[in-house]
Amino acid sequence: MKSIKYILPGILFGIVMTKSEAVSWFRIQEMFRFESFHMYGIIGTAVTLAALMTFFMKKTNASDISGSKITFNPKDISVPRYLIGGIIFGLGWAMTGACPGPMFTLVGHGVWPILLVILCSILGTYVYGVLRDRLPH
Amino acid sequence: MNIIDIISQPWHWSVSGVGIVFVMFILLWFGGNFGASSNLRTLCAIGGAGKKTPFFDYEWKNQMWNLVFILSAIIGGYIAVTYLGSSEPVDISQSTRAHLATMGISTPTKVSEGLGYVPAEIYSLDAFSSARNLLLLCAGGFFVGFGARYAGGCTSGHAISGLSNLQIPSLIAVAGFFIGGLMMTWFILPLILTT
Repeated sequence: MKSIKYILPGILFGIVMTKSEAVSWFRIQEMFRFESFHMYGIIGTAVTLAALMTFFMKKTNASDISGSKITFNPKDISVPRYLIGGIIFGLGWAMTGACPGPMFTLVGHGVWPILLVILCSILGTYVYGVLRDRLPH
Repeated sequence: MNIIDIISQPWHWSVSGVGIVFVMFILLWFGGNFGASSNLRTLCAIGGAGKKTPFFDYEWKNQMWNLVFILSAIIGGYIAVTYLGSSEPVDISQSTRAHLATMGISTPTKVSEGLGYVPAEIYSLDAFSSARNLLLLCAGGFFVGFGARYAGGCTSGHAISGLSNLQIPSLIAVAGFFIGGLMMTWFILPLILTT
């Protein structure tokens, strides 16, 4: 049961998503209307710090808890899948105000209709898997 | 003011950004990575989707750690609203409030009002009985799941992990997130909510 230790960062993630208000439909609307710096500040700080962390982990050949080297896999170069997939994701993000992390966090808030959103996101993932070979990538 | 009171206030964006990277650090250190949407694929695989569809035919047991992570976020969400609840509601800008009001969405001004982080007009169980809201939530969820897998990641996998690893594909994906999000926010959502 090596997975058990992931409970701690998971709980922390739910707390961070809540207290940062990244779980908020209101904040997502505000972000897409460019009416506050809040969400850009969160993402900007996170990307900057994470980039520094990634750089130093690569530079020092950092290893994880079990002694294996921490690897960062480059993504395959292409345009259609990232652009089209990204646009579809963005449409859904602005409708529900929740991307996958916040979706689960909101279950803990007792926002029960989010369960329907999660169910439909699983369905969306399934339909993608079925249609995959027929979509431009 | 004790430590719980301090944590209970809404967090400054810079603190939140540091928090996210701290979570990402723990995941990398544990041998994982930061990407929430792949759990949706894992859930399909657990449900047996791999029998018919090769995309779901993989060793999903190797992804159990991520499922434990994301399900624990539910506990985190519960703790955050139950024990670390803010004394004030989400403080969005006046112009956003005014705009949302034109679409019939009220923004809480006190914590006792509304549903907290989400609008009651969309996310209350009453609103749940409206066909429009059902469509909004179902289509929205479907797009998030379909789009995230098509693009190979969501906000965590592309916007945070990918961009910080200087991945051009992630930059294209994030541009896509914004094209879709802007179209929905500025044109489609006002149409859906006002009809």
